[in-house]
Amino acid sequence: MIDPILTMFITFILASMLRVATPILLAALGECYVENAGILNLGIEGIMLFSAFTSFLGAVATNSSLIGLGVGLCTGLVLALILAVLYVTLKSDQIVVGIAFSLSAIGFTSLYFRILYGTTLPRLPVKEWIVTVPQLADVPIIGRVFFNQPFMVYVSIALVPIFYYILYRTRFGLKVRTLGENPVVADTAGVNVFLYRYIVMLIGGMLAGVGGAYLSLYQVSLFQDNMIQGRGYVAIAIVMFARWNPLKILAGALLYGGAEAFAGAIQALGYLRTIPAEIVLMLPYLITIVGLVVLARRARFPPAFARPYRREMR
Amino acid sequence: MSKEDYAVQMRGITKTFPGVVANKNVDLDLRKGEIHGLLGENGAGKTTLMNILSGFYKPDEGEIYVEGKRVKMHSPKDALKLGIGMVYQHFTLVPEFKVVENIMLGMDVVGKKLSLKATANLIEEQAKQLGFTVDPWSKVADLSLGEQQKVEILKVLLRGAKVIILDEPTSVLAPVEIAGLFNVLKQLASQGKSIVFITHKLNEVMEICDRITVLRSGMKIGTLNRSEIASTLDIIKMMFGVEAEPALAAEVPKELGKEVLKVENLVVESDRGIDAVKGVSFTIREGEILGLAGIDGNGQKELAEALSRIRSVKSGKIYFKGEDVTALSPADLYLKGVTYITDDRISEGLIQDFTLAENVVLKDFRKNGVKRGLFIDWKKITENGRKLAEEYELAAAKPNSLVQTLSGGTQQKLLVAREIGGDASLIIANQPTHGVDAKTTAYIRKKLIESAAKGAAVLLISNDLDEIFSCSNTIAVIYEGRILGILDRQSATRENVAYLMIGVKKD
Repeated sequence: MIDPILTMFITFILASMLRVATPILLAALGECYVENAGILNLGIEGIMLFSAFTSFLGAVATNSSLIGLGVGLCTGLVLALILAVLYVTLKSDQIVVGIAFSLSAIGFTSLYFRILYGTTLPRLPVKEWIVTVPQLADVPIIGRVFFNQPFMVYVSIALVPIFYYILYRTRFGLKVRTLGENPVVADTAGVNVFLYRYIVMLIGGMLAGVGGAYLSLYQVSLFQDNMIQGRGYVAIAIVMFARWNPLKILAGALLYGGAEAFAGAIQALGYLRTIPAEIVLMLPYLITIVGLVVLARRARFPPAFARPYRREMR
Repeated sequence: MSKEDYAVQMRGITKTFPGVVANKNVDLDLRKGEIHGLLGENGAGKTTLMNILSGFYKPDEGEIYVEGKRVKMHSPKDALKLGIGMVYQHFTLVPEFKVVENIMLGMDVVGKKLSLKATANLIEEQAKQLGFTVDPWSKVADLSLGEQQKVEILKVLLRGAKVIILDEPTSVLAPVEIAGLFNVLKQLASQGKSIVFITHKLNEVMEICDRITVLRSGMKIGTLNRSEIASTLDIIKMMFGVEAEPALAAEVPKELGKEVLKVENLVVESDRGIDAVKGVSFTIREGEILGLAGIDGNGQKELAEALSRIRSVKSGKIYFKGEDVTALSPADLYLKGVTYITDDRISEGLIQDFTLAENVVLKDFRKNGVKRGLFIDWKKITENGRKLAEEYELAAAKPNSLVQTLSGGTQQKLLVAREIGGDASLIIANQPTHGVDAKTTAYIRKKLIESAAKGAAVLLISNDLDEIFSCSNTIAVIYEGRILGILDRQSATRENVAYLMIGVKKD
C-alpha cells in the first residue's frame, strides 16, 4: 500500500488547493467578462477587501454566515456600480481609478475595523458550509478532495462551464466579446455599449464580492488588515494568461491554489527549519509571475482593452 | 411625387463639431429603388451626413422623414429598426469572429433571434440570391477585403435594411470586385431598396447612379438626374467650384532662384505595404510654389512624409540643395531648414495638452537662445510664443493657453506659424487650409506666398483647385502615386487639371 503519510500529504494539498483556488476563481471569472467587454477593473482587489469586511460585519451582527455572504455579494454589486459610473459613464482612466480605489479600500476597512472592534476579536458564527457526499467521501484521496468541500467550491467550479457556454455560445456572450473587440461594431449593431458594460461590471463585482466574503468568512475565518493580499491582482493576471477563456482560468486558479496549498503544507509539516518561510509564501505569486511571462507573452489583448467609448469622436 | 414615394428625406440638416461646420442646412431626397450618388471632396461632409442618417451622430438642426413620417433617432439601433443600414468605409466587422457571428450580432434588434446555425443558413440563402457565395463559418480575418464587403452588405440586408448606405465602397476593391459589387447594387435597387453610394470617383457615378447629390464644404450644391449630366466635367465643376476664378491672394514670385529640392524616381510604401508613391520625380526652386493637386489618397500623404523623412523611402533619391538627404533623420533635415506642415494638426502637428508657447518651441528646444545648459529658458519661450501669437494674429490666444482650448482655425494658424515662422528654405505643406474658415484660409495662403517671395521653396499639397491656382507658380497633378503632368501656372487650365486629377490625360 501507499505510505499513509504521503497519502495524507497529497490529500491535504489537493483538498486545500481547491479551497484556496475558490476566491481567485470567482474573482477571475467575473473579471473575465469585464475584460472581454473591454474594461480593466483594477478595483477588483478593493471590492474583495470591502466585501471581506462587510460580510464579516454582517455575519457577526446577524449570527449567520449565509447572511454575511449575501452582504458581501451586495457590497460587490454596489461598489462595481460606482466603479462602472467612473469607468463607463465618466470615462475616467481605468488604471488610475482602479488602483486608487483598491488602495483606499485598505485604509478604509482597517480604520473602520479598529473603530468598531478596537483590539478585541469578534467571533464568527459557526458555519456549516462543508457538504459531504455520502459514501463517495470515503474513497481514499478522491473522496476527501472532491466530495468533502465547502459548497462555494462546488458552486465556483460549476460556474466555469456555464460562463464558458454563455461567453462563446450565446447572443449575450457575443455582444460582450464584441465590446472588447470594437465597441463601434457593437454600437452600429444596435447594442447598447454602456448598458452591457454596466452589466459585466455588476457580474464582476458580484463574484469579486463573494470571493472576498469567502476569504473572511471561511478561509481565514476572521478579518485582518489588507487580508486579500493581492489575490484580486492575481485574478487579473490569471485572466490574462488564460487568454480570457473561463476553462483556462480554472486551470490558472488551480495552479495558484496548488502553489498556495503546497506552501501551507510545507509550513504545517515543519520543514521550515531548512527553508525560510518567506520563500515558501512567495511561491504562489512567483508562479503567477512565471505564468504571466511564459503564457501571456503572446496573448492577444481585446483591441478595445481599457479604452472608454465615446460615440462622437472627432 | 408624393412624400411616401421617398424612402428618406432629410431636411435642413446642420451638424457642427468643435470648430468645424460639417453639414450646413443640407437637404437630401432618396427615392425608393434608386442608387443615389453622394459626391464631394474629403471633408465635404458626406460621411457626417450619412452618420446622421444611420443614427450614429445626432444632428444639431434639421428633420428626417422615413417613408413620409418624421423620425427621431438617438442611436444606430433606432436607425436599424427603421430599416437604415450603413456599410462603413472602415468595415465594422470583428476580424477575430466568424462571419456568422458578425452577422448574428444586431439581428435581434429587428426581432430575428436565431441560432448560429439558422443564421448561417440565412446567410447562404441571401448570398445565393445575390449571386455569390460566402462561407458563414470562416473567420473574417481570413477573407479578402472584397469578401468582407460582401459580408457587410449581407449584414445590413439581414438586419432588414431597406436603405443601404455605402461609404466609398470601391476604395478597397480590385476592378473585378467592383464589377461584382455593382451587379449586387443594381439587383438590390431593382428589388426596391434605396442605395446611397458615397464616392469621389466620377466614372463610377456615371456607371451606376440614377441621381447624384454634390456636397462642398458641408453644403449641398445640387442634385442632378443621370440624364442631365452631359459630362463628368459638370460634376467636377460642382465638386471643386470651378466656375469663378478667384483673385490671387498675393503676387506669386515670377523670378525663380536656385534649385532647392530635387526628387528622383521616389517610391514610397503606404502603411499597408503597398507602393503609394510609384516613381515620382520633380524639382522645386527658390521662390517656387509647386502646387501638387490630386484627390486625397493618391499618395500625397506618403510623399509628404517621405520628403520630411518621417516615412522611409523604398527607392529613389531626395536631394536638398544638391546634397543627398534620402537617409537623413527628420531632426537633421529640420535643422537644415526643411519644415513640414502636416495635414493632421490634431494628432501629428500639435500636442493638445501643451500650451501655445510649448508647442511653438517643440522643434526648437535644442537651439541656443532657449537652451541654457541642461535647462531651457521658459521666459524666453513664453516671450517667443507671445511674439508669434501677435505676429500671426492668433485671436485671443495667450502663450500659456492650452492648445486644445483653441479653435480649429487658430490651431492651424499656430501650426503654420511654427513651421514657416523661422527661416525655412523648404516648406512642405500638406493641406494647410483643410477644414478652416475662409478668412484663415486667405491668411495662410498669403503667408505661404510671402515665404516664397523671401526665397523659400514650397511644396503645396492640396485637393482644392482654388488654392492650387491662387498660390502656385507651377502645378503638378498626382494620380495613383504618379505625377501625371507638371504644368506652368500660366498655361494650366482648371479643366485640364481637374481631368488629370481623375486620371484622364487630354491633349
